[in-house]
Amino acid sequence: MRVGPRGEIADVGTEIPASVAEAPLTPTGAPQTAPPPAPRSEFLYFALRNWKFVFGLSLVLGFFLLALIGPHLTPHKPLAFTGPTDGRPSSDYWFGTTSFGQDVFSQFVNGLRAAFLVGILGGGLAWLIGATVGFTAGYRGGAVDDVLNMLTNVVLVIPTLAILIIVAAYVNVHSYVTEAILIGLTSWPWAARAVRAQTFSLKTREFVDVARLTGRNTRQIIVTEIAPNMSSYLLMMFILLFGGAILIGASLDFLGLGPSEKVSLGLMMNSSFLSSALLLGSWWWFLPPGLGIVGIVGGLYVMNVGLDEIFNPRLREL
Amino acid sequence: MLKLDACSKTYRVGAFGGGELLAVSDVSFEVAPGEVVALIGESGSGKSTIGKMILRLLRVSGGTITFDGVDISSLEGRKLKEYYADVQAVFQDPFSSYNPIFKSDRVFAMLRHEYFQGLSGSEWQAKLERSLDSVSLSPPDVLGKYPHQLSGGQLQRLLIARALLLDIRILVADEIISMLDASTRIDVLNLLGELKSRGLGVLFITHDLSLGHYISDQTIILRRGKVVERGSTQKVFGNPIHPYTKMLLASVPQLHKKWEEAATELEVPAAIAGERPIAAVEETPGPLVEVEDDHFAAVGPE
Amino acid sequence: MSLDVDGLTVYYKSLRGDVKAVDGATFQIADGEIMGLAGESGCGKSTLGKSLIRLDARMRYVSGHVELDGKELPIWDDREMNSFRFKEVSIIPQYALSALNPTRKIGTVATELLASRGVRMNGMRPELERRLELVGLSTRVLERFPIELSGGMKQRVVMVISSLLNPSLLIADEITSALDVSTQRAVAEMLVEFRDRGFVKSMIVITHDLSVLYQVADTILVMYAGKLVEKASSEEIINSPKHPYTQLLLSSLPEVGVRYADKRLSGIPGRPPSLLEPPEGCRFKTRCPLAFVKCGEEPPLVEVEPGRSVACWKVAPC
Repeated sequence: MRVGPRGEIADVGTEIPASVAEAPLTPTGAPQTAPPPAPRSEFLYFALRNWKFVFGLSLVLGFFLLALIGPHLTPHKPLAFTGPTDGRPSSDYWFGTTSFGQDVFSQFVNGLRAAFLVGILGGGLAWLIGATVGFTAGYRGGAVDDVLNMLTNVVLVIPTLAILIIVAAYVNVHSYVTEAILIGLTSWPWAARAVRAQTFSLKTREFVDVARLTGRNTRQIIVTEIAPNMSSYLLMMFILLFGGAILIGASLDFLGLGPSEKVSLGLMMNSSFLSSALLLGSWWWFLPPGLGIVGIVGGLYVMNVGLDEIFNPRLREL
Repeated sequence: MLKLDACSKTYRVGAFGGGELLAVSDVSFEVAPGEVVALIGESGSGKSTIGKMILRLLRVSGGTITFDGVDISSLEGRKLKEYYADVQAVFQDPFSSYNPIFKSDRVFAMLRHEYFQGLSGSEWQAKLERSLDSVSLSPPDVLGKYPHQLSGGQLQRLLIARALLLDIRILVADEIISMLDASTRIDVLNLLGELKSRGLGVLFITHDLSLGHYISDQTIILRRGKVVERGSTQKVFGNPIHPYTKMLLASVPQLHKKWEEAATELEVPAAIAGERPIAAVEETPGPLVEVEDDHFAAVGPE
Repeated sequence: MSLDVDGLTVYYKSLRGDVKAVDGATFQIADGEIMGLAGESGCGKSTLGKSLIRLDARMRYVSGHVELDGKELPIWDDREMNSFRFKEVSIIPQYALSALNPTRKIGTVATELLASRGVRMNGMRPELERRLELVGLSTRVLERFPIELSGGMKQRVVMVISSLLNPSLLIADEITSALDVSTQRAVAEMLVEFRDRGFVKSMIVITHDLSVLYQVADTILVMYAGKLVEKASSEEIINSPKHPYTQLLLSSLPEVGVRYADKRLSGIPGRPPSLLEPPEGCRFKTRCPLAFVKCGEEPPLVEVEPGRSVACWKVAPC
């Protein structure tokens, strides 16, 4: 855009956040420390205007509501052989029936419950382990860091799915809780790594020294000084672990390694595949669970991208 | 009051901690009540390391640091907390010294939680206001604000006010004004002067010789972890003995004297384009020798 | 060469409006002159320097007119300025210490920069090596990575590379602030050397440190809150400042020789005004001991003696 020498404004740059514009630079010109995470009201303002966040959240909440009330909407039990085999969707069986005569809708909404259970429990456990290992390694440094780092790297390079397959083959996975625990115990390394890196950089900030000079110990400092500074990151990390756990759980179920007497989305895909539903054209059997997984996990990831934009002023499109 | 005796700090470096880095070596000095000691050195001199050792943020590798005769490396738990009621610090970057997601008065709240639980609300408020008053800050201006809403000078003074709440006897001031504007620097410096006259001992760590000269009673010149000269400020600046001290004095940009003049006066060759213009400075300065009363310089190699 | 700046106004766009970083700057620099641009943080000196070369995308040119050697500099247009950068106007940026790409050898950085201006390294190499030796660096430094060099060495390398094509105007932005006092002296004296040897015609040295400017600059221009307040030769500014801000600033600087016990120095009470909504009239009036009624009107920068300008009603009533 060509502009004249006097008058017209050449509008080029991206904006600098108000806090950076107002806060003074130091005399040596060293850059200001990053602007603080937006206070709550600013967060809501940006959150509601970010379509990715709103869309993702709505999608996930939608599925969650379905998981909660869905099973009450249908009289049929998910594993009961009540209906016609390979029945198309009808008023009686909204999502049709499987080749064994089971109600797909009922299976679907119960499967959603299992998915959320595995996601929250498995993701939550991974989050807890990852955060603890990451904070401790990052803050303590030295020998503690070396040991924890080695542990993290070992668990990281082990092919998770292979291990889970082996373990699941030996440990009879009877419930989704067990499955969730297995997933939680193996998917934490990348989270630990990320938390460790952030902790390293925060540890060198002088407010940590000031907290030490106030007589606070390691645990108190991590919980009251360091973790709150990373709150947005920790939230996003949980969301990613949540989604990841659902995916891994579905994969395990699809391979037939999850609980067999229960119902889950992965298991539905498994059964439909084994019964050649694709060949038979019973799309109503595998499409809902597939879309369900894509919907929840995709929704979570899109929500996360939105959150990143909300928390990081530089990414906002205004 | 505070005494350092042949202190040293070694770091392990290298892939498996095989190598050693000697950050501070054989440093001894004392800080008496009502005395400002300037610890002057360039980057890599170890001055901040010494400050952190005194604050127990780093462990001493060799030698001892004693406070009122007690070896501070033996303090743990409650005793360490008592030590911190006597010795506090203010650091270089005011914006890094506050957790940016909390309001700046949280530093006071933390202190109250750890040390002053017995005080009632109004007692605490009165104590806080007295402390803020002694650093020339008015409570409505600074309380309830986030760090990015305050200026560097105000933040540094808040930290001094925090330290004063504890009735400390020693303040470690690590480059506390180097990130402030010229017009506010002098105010914070004058504040230190006032506190000194009330009996506070200050360890003033800086790389700026003119600031050190303005405020301190005793000066210690540090180079690569070793003391090369120390003594009363007027004697060290008035009659510098060690070539490194002379070189530092000659390099300070002054407002009414050009560099060539200063260099000639101090008998130092004019700076040539080189990393360390003075080749005459020995690599390992020897032990300190008394040059005159209250003035020691390292002369000759070991 | 000569630089003629007329009414230069540059703002930053922010969420809350325009930050009026530089407002109506007018001054000239003669051939061979080293002008110091002094002021405290936030006064606009860095913005002024960078706007002459237009290297910061966040800046928004508003109005004004800059002529270098009789030619108009198109500082409102990024692409057009490209043909002037490095050849006619060059900058040693703030944080030169981090201005070097850590993954590239120094020699590669220089070669690429020259190539972008259509100059081959082979032709320039002898001159480059000569200059490196002049600043006390071995030519082997071209084979090194930035991490292998100390702060002072990096600063000198950046100085050499920035001035390699003999620009008419060199802008040095806070190049001595992060250095030790001994390296600071070496680097500052090198600036003068560059001018004396004709590598660079004129220079603008931006710093908050007036004492460094006294040592190397011919003239000093003092800025406050986006406005120019005084311009004179270094001797005059330091020894007989006319503007109240300059006087107060100088009297707050402790020199070697001044002791707290003997002479209590004092700072300037108050803070600089916010540049989002600067006050009407003289921007220093709220902190100025000489403020009177007329200060509600903005004082123009007036030449009170040949080569000496002040913007103050008390000093230059008109």
